[in-house]
Amino acid sequence: MSAGIGVDLENLWIRFGDFVAVRDANVHINGGDFFSFLGPSGCGKTTILRAVSGFLEPSEGNVLIGGKNMKGIGPNKRPTALIFQNLALFPLMKVWENITFSMEIKGASAAERRKRADELLDMIALPGQGDKLPSELSGGQRQRVAIARALCAKPDVLLLDEPLSALDLKLRQHMRTELREIQQRVGITFIYITHDQGEALTMSDNIAVMRAGVIDQIADGKTIYNDPATAFAASFVGENNVFRGKAKRVMGDEALIATNRSGELVARISTANRGKLAEGDDAMMFIRPEAFSVAPEGASGDHFVTARVTHEEFEGNVFNIFTEGDGGKEIKVSIPNHGQSFKDHTGQNITLEYDTRNAVVVPAGELAAE
Amino acid sequence: MNSSFLRISIWVYLAIFFAYLLGPLVIMSITAFNSSSFPRISPWECLTFQWFTELFHDQRILNGIKNSLIIGMGTVVLSVAMGLAGALMLTQIWPKLRATYYTIIIAPILIPGVVLGISTLVFWDRINRMLGLGADSVLSNGVFLTVIGQSTFIASYCMLVLVARLQRYDTALTEAALDLGATHAQAFRKILLPFMRPAIASAAVLAFLASFENYNTTTFTFGEYPTLTIELAQKVRYGITPAISALAFIIVALTVFFALLNEAKLRRQELVAAARRNATVQDLGGKIRLPGFFAGNMAAVLLVVFAVATITVVGTATVYSPDQCIANVKEQKRLEAERRIQELRKQREEQRKQREAQEAEQGGATQSAPKPSNNSGFGGVFAPGALGGGTDAEPEAEEPPKGNGGFGNVFDPNSLSGDQ
Repeated sequence: MSAGIGVDLENLWIRFGDFVAVRDANVHINGGDFFSFLGPSGCGKTTILRAVSGFLEPSEGNVLIGGKNMKGIGPNKRPTALIFQNLALFPLMKVWENITFSMEIKGASAAERRKRADELLDMIALPGQGDKLPSELSGGQRQRVAIARALCAKPDVLLLDEPLSALDLKLRQHMRTELREIQQRVGITFIYITHDQGEALTMSDNIAVMRAGVIDQIADGKTIYNDPATAFAASFVGENNVFRGKAKRVMGDEALIATNRSGELVARISTANRGKLAEGDDAMMFIRPEAFSVAPEGASGDHFVTARVTHEEFEGNVFNIFTEGDGGKEIKVSIPNHGQSFKDHTGQNITLEYDTRNAVVVPAGELAAE
Repeated sequence: MNSSFLRISIWVYLAIFFAYLLGPLVIMSITAFNSSSFPRISPWECLTFQWFTELFHDQRILNGIKNSLIIGMGTVVLSVAMGLAGALMLTQIWPKLRATYYTIIIAPILIPGVVLGISTLVFWDRINRMLGLGADSVLSNGVFLTVIGQSTFIASYCMLVLVARLQRYDTALTEAALDLGATHAQAFRKILLPFMRPAIASAAVLAFLASFENYNTTTFTFGEYPTLTIELAQKVRYGITPAISALAFIIVALTVFFALLNEAKLRRQELVAAARRNATVQDLGGKIRLPGFFAGNMAAVLLVVFAVATITVVGTATVYSPDQCIANVKEQKRLEAERRIQELRKQREEQRKQREAQEAEQGGATQSAPKPSNNSGFGGVFAPGALGGGTDAEPEAEEPPKGNGGFGNVFDPNSLSGDQ
């Protein structure tokens, strides 16, 4: 989908007094992409969105939409439409008036607007609901009206500021697929802001992981999950077990890590850090819960971890084993449920095995808060 | 037992409370229909509508109402505009300045109206002179000065009303409008203003009422355009007549009417909203069956009753003539007065005889103190002897008062006698 209009952020800095909300962001977003900014609340992702939509002038750097510098161009002149976190539907207007507001201010006739509203209502699967007030709709319906209102303005870029956060879990999951479908149908660039890694992974073509105003990594979902660039990206996206230590030996793509409590272990160095991680550096090794398997008793080596089991839980699709881990944290092991019988290990030592390709090493850094 | 006592106490309390609140209004309204030339309900003389006729023929009152309406409208426009601007400013201003700004904006409410009136007069007079304009310029016009003077503090009231609504406004709505391509003016007109409409209506009503009833600021600024309150105050100085009660009655009736109208409308909106909420999808596809105007709407029913009652009263007034009754009352009073005069004559006669007897005993020694009562502060008006006036008073002088005395002749001896 190369037809869409791309967005570029060039050396973007945004400051509020002494506080730096966004620090030197450089992002290229392809036209027609579903691009997500993923990060915890307060990391500056909404600030970036406001800079793209024009509500905020960057302190330094440029926002380019379709290659055009947007400096000094107000939000009402930019080819963007924003879907607000609280949706901001006009409470006194009926649904169809809400949807076609962008036409009304251009002086379109009521009949024209009515017609367009009906088309869009069909598209969002709310036919015949145009005469209701927003307050008479359910949360999910309001959500879709907000999308229709934004699309009615025929924007080149649609900006979404955590639009699903107010919905309940079921609806949120349903809206994920719906949003993705709408995006593929209209073919315009979507920029999506979220703190929910599930949303980002399922919908996005590309994701930027943000931490305290800094973009840690930009890549597609699989890369971010399997090959995180920083300790933050590794710990924020998905569940991960961390092993702290020092790089003892670097062997090409792999490194031998002397961990603080689990002995010496081998892991793959993440792509972004190859050649940068030197012997003797503080390092962090991450292994996903599902990358572990229970090894036969007595096995040992540089891809085995032995620890005492603190408790176990049955989650349905997986069986979770928690063992004593590093720095007060537990090691979580998830074993898929294929109907096999599980032995209770609580209180005993257990040996875990992993494939070195599934363990990843990054330089020591800040972890995501839980 | 205990709870029923409590309940009774509450009802008694409420009765007393409402009697205290509404009693004077009810009494005053009733006096508008009594033919007695001083506003009172007892003794009831005759049912009459003459005071309304008199009111509508009083050019000064009519002129006052006209001026009040003009000034009221001017004040509404100016105060609501200033109040809205002030309220918007309050939400936009740098947070640290907000408390200070608020205090400054609210200050006029705390300043006595008299001070505002004088300062308005002095200030604009200065400006007028600075510009070298004459005494007949717009800047010294009574309507202009009154509107400006009243708006100085009424705008603050409006701002308070508007701020309350504005605080519930989500600025994201304006941003959404801008984002969809609206200019700032369009966002204001199409989003913020409709949101503010109920508060603007309240502020307008408040401003109008505050302007209409204002006296102490207006009294300095009205110039050649006395408002209703000014006219009333001037009239009352020369005596009160039931025509003023009639005016009060009309104002009370209008207030009740509009209050009921408003209530009926609100109730109606609630019912419609409830019906929409409960409507099923099929209903929405077709037409929603909305409840009738009177269903479950007590205020609407009362409103109609009220309107019918008003029409009945006005209808009665056009055909009803209390002349016979008034003539009867007049005749009765005349007879009563004559009887009293006879009594007094007799009394005088006796006194004179006594005095003559005394004088005969004491000689000319006490001749200098025959009329001690005339030296009292009230000019002897309360002295029992004064009832006799002059011994040779004509019966016509004892006719019902014409309403020329201060306080409507309330201290007139005849009024006192009438109550006996």
